[in-house]
Formats: sequence, structure tokens, C-alpha cells
Amino acid sequence: MIGVVGTVPDPDFPLVAGETSLKDDSIYIQGKQILVNRGTPALLAATIKTAEVLEQGAPFGYLVGDVGLGHGSRRLYEYLSGHLGKRDFNTIVFHYLQPDVDWHNRVLFAVEEMERRPVLIADAGFMYAAKMSGQSPKYDLFTPDIGELAFLADEEAPHPFYTRGFILHEENRVPELIARAYKHENAARCLLVKGKQDYVADQKGIIATVDIYVEESMEAIGGTGDTLTGIVTALVGTGMEVAKAAVIAARVNRLAGSYAKPTPATQVMDIIQHIPTALAKILSENEKGELWAKQS
Amino acid sequence: MSFLGLLKSKKDRYKPASDQDRGILVFEHTSEVIKAESVLKKDGWKIKVMGPPPEIRSGCDLVIEIPLIEELNILRSLEEAGASPLEIVPVSSPLLQPVDLFQNKDFGKYLMIRAANMKLTVEKETETIVNISGGGCPDVPYLASKMVGMSLNEAPSPREIGHTLCGYALQLAYEEMRRQ
Repeated sequence: MIGVVGTVPDPDFPLVAGETSLKDDSIYIQGKQILVNRGTPALLAATIKTAEVLEQGAPFGYLVGDVGLGHGSRRLYEYLSGHLGKRDFNTIVFHYLQPDVDWHNRVLFAVEEMERRPVLIADAGFMYAAKMSGQSPKYDLFTPDIGELAFLADEEAPHPFYTRGFILHEENRVPELIARAYKHENAARCLLVKGKQDYVADQKGIIATVDIYVEESMEAIGGTGDTLTGIVTALVGTGMEVAKAAVIAARVNRLAGSYAKPTPATQVMDIIQHIPTALAKILSENEKGELWAKQS
Repeated sequence: MSFLGLLKSKKDRYKPASDQDRGILVFEHTSEVIKAESVLKKDGWKIKVMGPPPEIRSGCDLVIEIPLIEELNILRSLEEAGASPLEIVPVSSPLLQPVDLFQNKDFGKYLMIRAANMKLTVEKETETIVNISGGGCPDVPYLASKMVGMSLNEAPSPREIGHTLCGYALQLAYEEMRRQ
């Protein structure tokens, strides 16, 4: 089973833990409804859509309301540090949480208490906390965009807001930034870097790049990175090797975006609804052995 | 593995908290430190008054250590109380400065501006905010829910309703968009 950990932008939303479902444009968990817009609800929607096609069970969600004050995140961190050790997940993705190094370390400790170590994926605030804690190599996958990759590459920066100017956030510097992130041990075992061209990399270098179905508008659309993380999480949840899942997810996300014929004003739910069709096409190409051949 | 070995391995695995998520407020006068300390403690912040690190060459002999991520929220509290600091720096690297590079992407009908990890996109003709993307702090989805669909003039600014460094980065993109 897949575990998804994150927040929703509602200060009154309680801490909930349970199976999730998607109906129309809303996530349901423990009788609560959350509109899918961006952030963790968008990630969950993409994971559910992908898991349905793959005939996998719905993800188990750990959610709490937080609008940036950190109160909800800390309650969730505390809950996880007390409960995760007894659970069994094959994959856990940590997402929009207020970055807090001490609580991050407690949660990671709880994960290490689990009988079976899950594949660990981190994005957004939890990835920031993982980098700040110096424990990035304990994760299997990070999914940064270019600005966040520059932050991972800057061994001094405590947050992307403080990334030093000489570490430029430019597409053509991505391989260099990936190498620098690994050099200072601020990268997970595998990286999926989201951008005009997506990169999948590990300690040894770039494994694959994905630049098909280019839609310039995707960068402006809030939640498209969250859907990519959601898709790769569902694929990894089937037992697929992380780097391969990252390549497939990148292609699926881009194709779903292309199907939506996006403009910079498109909202992410318009893309999520195309994930099943995009996934079916990309998996079919993969079965025919065309996938790896098509990588540039 | 023996019981002692198990204990040792757990201890080795657990990494104590680093100071990477802490920041320092620098003030001109000690009286301002005292006032700010009182304001922040009253608001329930986990803070610590201490001597400044050697890299800091401005301000008085005391600084206040704060949770850096929540810089925007803390700054707002201090501004409202008339106790703004001279500067805020990360504890781990006091010489670091906030990002000051902006990247523009012109989509024709739309303009996107990126500051650090935050991107703000506006329809040029109407000045309507059509999307907010990037960022990883929990106030980003909240800010998007309050700002998207509104014009630049009507929307609340991230400085008013944001709380974190992601909110602060969005504020910089917002100011740059207004400037352009």
C-alpha cells in the first residue's frame, strides 16, 4: 500500500488518516471532502488516477490543515512519529509540510522502525527539511523543479529563498546542479528534475531525459509538479524500479498536459483527468519496448 | 544483534536537530531586542536571545534566534508592533542574502515571473493572476486559493496573508510583477 503525507490549505481541517478516494474534482478521506486544486490534494488525485489504471488499491492518506503557520504540520509530524513505525507501506511520499528539521528527523526515525522499509519519496516542504537535516541520501527519490534543484545544489542554503546567486537556476545548468547536489550529499538516491526537459539522475549522472510533448505553459500551472510526483508514487507502488518509474511518470505527466491543450491559465484538474489515457498510451509504448529507445 | 548493539545502532541512526532551519534577527539597539522578544514570546514563538555570531558586523550585542521558515509571519508581527529588525539571516550561514534574481517568461498573452522557487503568472491585458506555481511550504496552496482569479490590484499581497519563506519569495515575484 502507498502512504501519502501532506497538508490541505484549510486551517480548520482536522488531522485525518485513512483510505482516500477521488470523485469528480474532490478527494474524500474519513468523510471529509477536499477540492483538488494544487498541493497534496493534486498529488493524491494523480496517484489515485494512476493507481486505478494499474489496478492498485487507493493510497492511504495522512492529512492535516495548515496554511503556513506550521501548527497542523507539527501535529501531523507528532502523529507520524508515534504511528508510522507500526504501519506497513511499500511506498511513502512526503509532501507539503512545514519544513522542520527536528520533527523531520523524528519521522525518519519512525520510518526506520518499520518492519519493512518502504520506498521513500519526498517533494516540497518535506524535501526541504530532508536536505536541511543532511539526510537526503536516506531517500529513494526527490522531485525538485529547477529552483529547488539549485537549492539542493547549494550546500549553504537553508531554503530556496536563500540560494546563492552564482548557482543560477537555468535549464542549461541542470546537469551541473545535479552533480553538485550529489557531491554535497544533498540528493536522494534518484532525482526526477521537473522542467522544460525532465531529468532522471542518480549519483553516477543523468540516466535519462524526457523532452517529448513540450507544453511551455505547464511551468506556469500550479500543481503540475504535484501530479508528476503523484504519478511516479503510484508507479513505484507497483514495485517498479524508481528510475524507470520516474521516466514513465515524466512522459505520462507531459502527455496528460498536452491532451489538456493548456494555457498558462489552465487549472491542474483539467490535466489530471487526462492521466488515465496518457498512462495507457505510455505503458503500451513501454510494453512494445519503445520507451527507452525514445529517450533523447 | 544484541540488545546493546540494537541500542547503539538506533542511537547512531538518529541525527539530532541541526540549526539549518533557524534564523537570526539583528537589531540596532538592545531596547529593540527586548521589545521584539516580548512581542514574539507573547505570540507563542519558540525563540532564543543570544550573542551574535562573528560574521554579523551590524547591530547591537544581542540577536534573536527564530524559526527561519516562518520569517514572513514573524516579520509581520514585529512590523505591527513597531519592532522591525535591521536584517534577518540564516543561523547556519549568516552571510547569505535572499535571492534577488528574477526570471521572466513571456507567453504572449501572459507573463510569468519567477523568484527563487515561486512563480506568479498574470494575464497582461486584465492584470488578472491566473496561476501560482512552485514552492513547497503549506501557505503556497493557501495563497493560490486567495490570489488566483483576482487582479493584481485587488488580490491580497503574500506579505499580508503568507507566513513562510515561500510566501516571501512569492511576495518578491508579486512586487516585481507590479513594478513591470
